[in-house]
Amino acid sequence: MTTASQNAGPASTGRAPAVQLGSPRHGRTVRTAADPELRSPAGRGGLMEVVHHRYLLKLLLRRELKARYKGSLLGLGWSYVRPAVNFAVFYFVVGVFMGMDKVIKDFPIYLFSGLVLVTLFTETLQSATRSVLHNAPLVRKVYLPRELFPSASLLVSLVHFLPALAILVAGALSYGWRPTLTGVAGAAVGLLIVVLFALGLGLLCAAATVFFHDVEQVVDIVMLTISWTVPMVYPWTHVRDHAPRWLLQIWQLNPLVSAVELFHHGFWGPLSDGRIPPPPALTARTVSALGCALMFFFIGEAVFARLQRRFAQEM
Amino acid sequence: MTAPTDLSEGKRVPGGPPAVVVEDVSKRFTLRHARSIKDITVRLARRQALSESFDALHHVSLTVTQGETVALMGLNGSGKSTLLKLISGVMSPDAGTVRVRGRVAGLLDVGAGLHPELTGRENVFLNGAILGMSEAEIKRKFDTIVEFSGVERFLDTEVKFYSSGMFMRLAFSIAAHTEPDIFLIDEVLAVGDPPFREKCIARIRELRDEGRTMLIVAHDIPMLVDLCHRGVMLRRGRKIYDGDVAEAGSLWQADKKAKSAS
Ligand SMILES: Nc1ncnc2c1ncn2[C@@H]1O[C@H](COP(=O)(O)OP(=O)(O)O)[C@@H](O)[C@H]1O
Ligand SMILES: [Mg+2]
Repeated sequence: MTTASQNAGPASTGRAPAVQLGSPRHGRTVRTAADPELRSPAGRGGLMEVVHHRYLLKLLLRRELKARYKGSLLGLGWSYVRPAVNFAVFYFVVGVFMGMDKVIKDFPIYLFSGLVLVTLFTETLQSATRSVLHNAPLVRKVYLPRELFPSASLLVSLVHFLPALAILVAGALSYGWRPTLTGVAGAAVGLLIVVLFALGLGLLCAAATVFFHDVEQVVDIVMLTISWTVPMVYPWTHVRDHAPRWLLQIWQLNPLVSAVELFHHGFWGPLSDGRIPPPPALTARTVSALGCALMFFFIGEAVFARLQRRFAQEM
Repeated sequence: MTAPTDLSEGKRVPGGPPAVVVEDVSKRFTLRHARSIKDITVRLARRQALSESFDALHHVSLTVTQGETVALMGLNGSGKSTLLKLISGVMSPDAGTVRVRGRVAGLLDVGAGLHPELTGRENVFLNGAILGMSEAEIKRKFDTIVEFSGVERFLDTEVKFYSSGMFMRLAFSIAAHTEPDIFLIDEVLAVGDPPFREKCIARIRELRDEGRTMLIVAHDIPMLVDLCHRGVMLRRGRKIYDGDVAEAGSLWQADKKAKSAS
């Protein structure tokens, strides 16, 4: 196709007669009602549309990663520094100064296997919550499945998660850990729980943030507490010994608690000397946590699909 | 290349199936006066309304035949952009239905999808995908897009270092080569330097002659009269005229005069 840059000159003079004027045929047309090729320009929403836009999702993921580390010397290396600093602080303060190192055998592995999951969860939820609002210019002007933005946030967090997982495996091996089938399968389920839960909540919070910008602040504050509300720097037995029984039971309903325990079971369990007994009824609680995460996932998806129709006019 | 005979050819009224069917559509916006708790309390105490609703479109119906080029006219705030957003699917109508045949792509804002931290090359792929092109399609059209935009030398430079002219040329060029079935253009033809503007208009004429359906909003009435098959005039969210583009243009002129007189 050639560009007709030189031919944009004088206006056409020999114009054909104009369209029949403002006749009712431009108005309601009954004939078109049954035409199957005519469809609504807006999609129905839902994550299936993201699957249809895989290529765009890939480009958005690349854009996120590039834009985030652009112009920094360390680049993607920064994604290692953050969990490393986090780990060092927890290890020295809780592990060494407060003596958790002596309560829990191989505390670094115990701590890190929880930390990678907690980081995956908080990072996904925080960036998904912002994702729609931060893409306001696009959301306002172009129709795209809006689920793409929280989905890209999840993928960015997973890209950060994979090297951390590799470090965890290497660290555990150096402590003498050998994988067990149930342990690895359990960890995979734990990962699935975190992904579903984070994406479901992320979709909910992303949609809510469009209407109330406060949600972003609330999510940031709640995320500060996550490291302390899951058994990452302390064993579950502490909750059993210091809290009433009903509180323990409520605490164990949190899908993140079960997910972290599944990671412990997979990466730290084989190293354990039995001083910390395995948490009770882990299988049953895994099922309930998975159910809970799935519920949040479906609710988040449905609410987002409904609310996304109003995004463009609200931002 | 576009010869004069082709131009008149392009203006021939196409008689195909409908490509855009807007039926009895209304759109209402809520204007929130207070968003924070403080503002809400103050307003409640003074017994002022917290929000107001505003009808941007009232029972608008419009059918665009495949291959037709339609000019949307009307004063600022008359609802032209809102109508285009409903047709593109960015917004949904409160009442009535909007249906389209084929892929809709719009140039509703120059460079909404361009990311400043990415290079020109990366932006061609990203923005192309945003506008609905597949990877193979972008690869096929890549050279044409770059040639049209004239930013070859800066292709591997981040877009944030582009001059605003280069930025808009790249954005227009990507959008103008997406080859959607229905192409929406909202006030973007006014951008850029005159030679590039001529090039854009030539490209639009080319798209029209290929038989694509287009809806155009622009402020240049003679250009619209030259380019479009039909004119639709909106006044305060109501369609008041639908027919000959020159006639619609003079109605718009009259509205403009009345407004500047008041
Ligand atoms: N998202 C929105 N929220 C509230 N009001 C809006 C919004 N978008 C447009 N409007 C209002 O709707 C009216 C029509 O706007 P628009 O369609 O942009 O007009 P035009 O493009 O013809 O200038 C304007 O009065 C504008 O202020
Ligand atoms: Mg407008």
